[in-house]
Amino acid sequence: MALEQILKPSDFATEVHNDWCPGCGDFGILRTIQMALAELKMEPHRVTIVSGIGCSAKTVHYVKTYGIHTLHGRALPYATGVKLANPQLKVLCLSGDGDGLGIGGGHFVNAGRRNLDMLYIIHDNGVYGLTKGQAAPTLKLGVQTKSLAHPNINEAVNPIWLALAAGATWVGRGYSYDIKHLVATIKAGIEHKGYAFLDVLQPCPTYNDLNTKEWYGGEDRKDATSGRAMPRVYKLEDEGYDPVVHEPSDVEKKTTQALEKALEWGDRIPIGVFYKNEHVPTFEERIAKRVPTYFDHPPALQPIAGPGGEPRTDLTRLMRPLTFKAE
Amino acid sequence: MSSVKTVNDLSWMIGGPQGSGVDSSANVFARACAAGGLNIFGKREFYSNIMGEHSYFALRARSDVVRSHVDAVNVLATFEAETLFRHAREVTDDGAIVYDPSLGKTRLSDIPTIEKRLDADLRTYLISRGVGETIDDMLAASKQRGVALVPIPYKDLLEQVADEFQIDQLSKISRVVNMLAVGASFGILGFDFEMMRRGLEDVFRAKAKVVNMNAAGGRKAYDIAQTLVPEFPYRLEKLPRKEARLFLTGSQATGLGKLYGGMRFQTYYPITPASDESEFLEENEVLDLNGSGLHSESDASTPKEEAASILVVQTEDEIAAITMATGAALTGTRSATATSGPGFSLMMEGIGWASINEVPVVITLYQRAGPSTGMPTRHEQGDLRFALHAGHGESPRILLASGDFEECIRDGFLAFNYADRYQMPVIHLVDKALANSYATTTVPDLSDLRIDRGVLANGSNGYSKENPYKRFDLGNGPVSPRAFLGQEGTMFWNTGDEHEEHGHITEDPAVRDAMMEKRFAKLDLAAKEIPRDVKMRYFGPKDATTLIVSWGSTKGALLDALDRLWAEGAKIGYLHVRLINPFPTEEILPYLAKAKRRIGIEMNFGAQLAGIVREHTGVEMTHFILKYNGRPMSNTELYDAIQSVIRKKAAKRTVLTRGS
Repeated sequence: MALEQILKPSDFATEVHNDWCPGCGDFGILRTIQMALAELKMEPHRVTIVSGIGCSAKTVHYVKTYGIHTLHGRALPYATGVKLANPQLKVLCLSGDGDGLGIGGGHFVNAGRRNLDMLYIIHDNGVYGLTKGQAAPTLKLGVQTKSLAHPNINEAVNPIWLALAAGATWVGRGYSYDIKHLVATIKAGIEHKGYAFLDVLQPCPTYNDLNTKEWYGGEDRKDATSGRAMPRVYKLEDEGYDPVVHEPSDVEKKTTQALEKALEWGDRIPIGVFYKNEHVPTFEERIAKRVPTYFDHPPALQPIAGPGGEPRTDLTRLMRPLTFKAE
Repeated sequence: MSSVKTVNDLSWMIGGPQGSGVDSSANVFARACAAGGLNIFGKREFYSNIMGEHSYFALRARSDVVRSHVDAVNVLATFEAETLFRHAREVTDDGAIVYDPSLGKTRLSDIPTIEKRLDADLRTYLISRGVGETIDDMLAASKQRGVALVPIPYKDLLEQVADEFQIDQLSKISRVVNMLAVGASFGILGFDFEMMRRGLEDVFRAKAKVVNMNAAGGRKAYDIAQTLVPEFPYRLEKLPRKEARLFLTGSQATGLGKLYGGMRFQTYYPITPASDESEFLEENEVLDLNGSGLHSESDASTPKEEAASILVVQTEDEIAAITMATGAALTGTRSATATSGPGFSLMMEGIGWASINEVPVVITLYQRAGPSTGMPTRHEQGDLRFALHAGHGESPRILLASGDFEECIRDGFLAFNYADRYQMPVIHLVDKALANSYATTTVPDLSDLRIDRGVLANGSNGYSKENPYKRFDLGNGPVSPRAFLGQEGTMFWNTGDEHEEHGHITEDPAVRDAMMEKRFAKLDLAAKEIPRDVKMRYFGPKDATTLIVSWGSTKGALLDALDRLWAEGAKIGYLHVRLINPFPTEEILPYLAKAKRRIGIEMNFGAQLAGIVREHTGVEMTHFILKYNGRPMSNTELYDAIQSVIRKKAAKRTVLTRGS
């Protein structure tokens, strides 16, 4: 397929019937992934998107790239396996907040420790949608969505903090109703060298009646003079925020700055890139230090058999210390 | 020398606190024997502990093949009190005990690591022999039976070594005592001391000073022991060997088979006893390529445009281990994970996912005593039924169980062929006894092995723009051409949900039926295609009236016990089942039908294989010989138990209890 022919987002669309609820924030994420891939001129077959379980996970069926819809909470390790076996592939990984921060929380932490070169997006809506609206890890303590019998009894986890603590080298947040900004943020995450974590605020119109499109858009707090809504979401870059670790010595300052920004919630919710540090070697680079041929001859691309199926692995050197020679 | 009764058939044991160098001393003893042309089988027993608890090695050295351990010990090498208390009673009346005479006054009650049950048992024994509770008393009781005592003045010898090598502190060379015990053993056995030196060189390789110090100490103990017991009835003699032999553990054998089979990705989370294999692979991550593999005579030369390596990834848990390996397998990489019971329990959902998505992934399951944490460092064959049914719903998988080191190599290799050819997970069952035992074995001839990647989507499957590729094509028989992530023109989707031909979610009842039937038809195909000699093997006379049905690592002890029983004319056959799923019903049914008496022999409580045999054939075992105390079956106790059955003195169910 010639590249010029696949520059349209629609070329990344499948014919699979989309069964998300009308008005679901996931539509924005789906659309922006397709746009970002088209704008980055990605060959569809060189891209693998891996997802967990939940509404977010269905995304892969609507995108015309290799799509691997896995188990609840396990998108990251599947994606890690794909990327490590063939680092020449572009790998995106998708989860919901319950999927990625609840049941999959252990993998979230360990992905940060590795710094694999891939983008991980969390569709963040505070509820478990597909099981009818139970409280998910980013729902604040004490709030009660219409789907809950009681106010939420757990404190919310802060995904930006958690990602930074785990060692993610690129941490961003997007809003699924700001398409233009989200496309740019996804592209930046894909192009980051290392593990990029993107938290996308994604209203669930069916079960989360608190963090709605209208709420994020500030429809409930109109400017007294102009009568216009005052959006809660604002862009970090509009305020001159610089997330980049320019020198390794900047790490402390830039991390502290990102942590401070990530505490903002309520009336002002920042989106954009919180932190970016390309001074940390990727996991692939760490492997290549031990196995210098790793990038050119990764596991997936090594010859293992001759034309007649003859095994090509030579065990002579390994067997030498295990062999007693004849007298 | 007229008193020598037994040449080159010895059972030797060394014990000591974990972390004190017992491993190395057993290794030196074994390698010295192997260097002298003898065959070796070594069994390692240890507690789940880093330092201080008792561990021991039981080694057999023979001129003939040796595949298992025996209960009796001919030479017990000790350098502290606990080993002596624990194992003195296992020494044969004509055997010997090497010990430290300065420990004579140590009392049983001074040793906190001896369990209450054993403590009481030992006291009863000592009282019955009319002695007190010290080491001297234990030795006296042994001497009463005829056991030769070999006191070695360890501290004096250490001081001499320290002087010779100008070591200022004795504590720096405290581990040399291990080699003093080894040297003393070889002294009474009259074995060529030069072989011990070679054993030391093998174990300590580059460290010349360590070799020399240990050799110097070992020689001193050797000479003292020889003077003390000049006419010991057991003797080890060097044998000329024509052929090269391997000296392996089961973990290494399995790892080698997997590498030879083209594995390039393995995940693991640390767990006993499975981690050893992954560590072995990790140490050898850079591989060589050529056309002739295992049998290359010359040094491997990997052309520059090619390179080979195995990527071993330590994951955050076993859920990540199975799912990461599965992700890697989707790229076309031969991928595996290795684990033991608790880790395997965490892999259930991942195995189901691989099965419904027809992903070839290999799980090497090192069984250990369960349930739960069970006895992490002890042996059991308790996971057969679990591995067979692991996961919710109904999901096909292939189950292979290895019985010895050559089968570990072959099954490690074949597991990937079957995974690729039948596009499903393969669970390869090994166990603690295999993993931690080591033995000399002939270099297996693997020239028959070929790599089979199964049906691949490669442009010749008739797909086109008009007739696009379908990963789960229902029109092509049960096995649909497999494509790799990244391949052009073969885009597919996977999901843990039931799926249609492209891999998208469906709940359509007709498609569900078709997909279930497709997945299970692959098992029928496997049953048809997998060769008989992989499925099972029969040992023994054609006219056997008693049939033993067993699986896994009991094979070694069984064959050793049967050698004796056959020599006595017993008409016993032994069916060793290696392919557990799909079950080789056709192949084993004739043997079952013919036998008057059928004995199920397994290292578990529930006679799991016997139940599976009954499920598939309707044939019941008439007797069971089972064991679940965590210690592998010895050929001695198997011999006794089988003989009881054929002499009609056994109950339906015999439980073996030996081992310490």
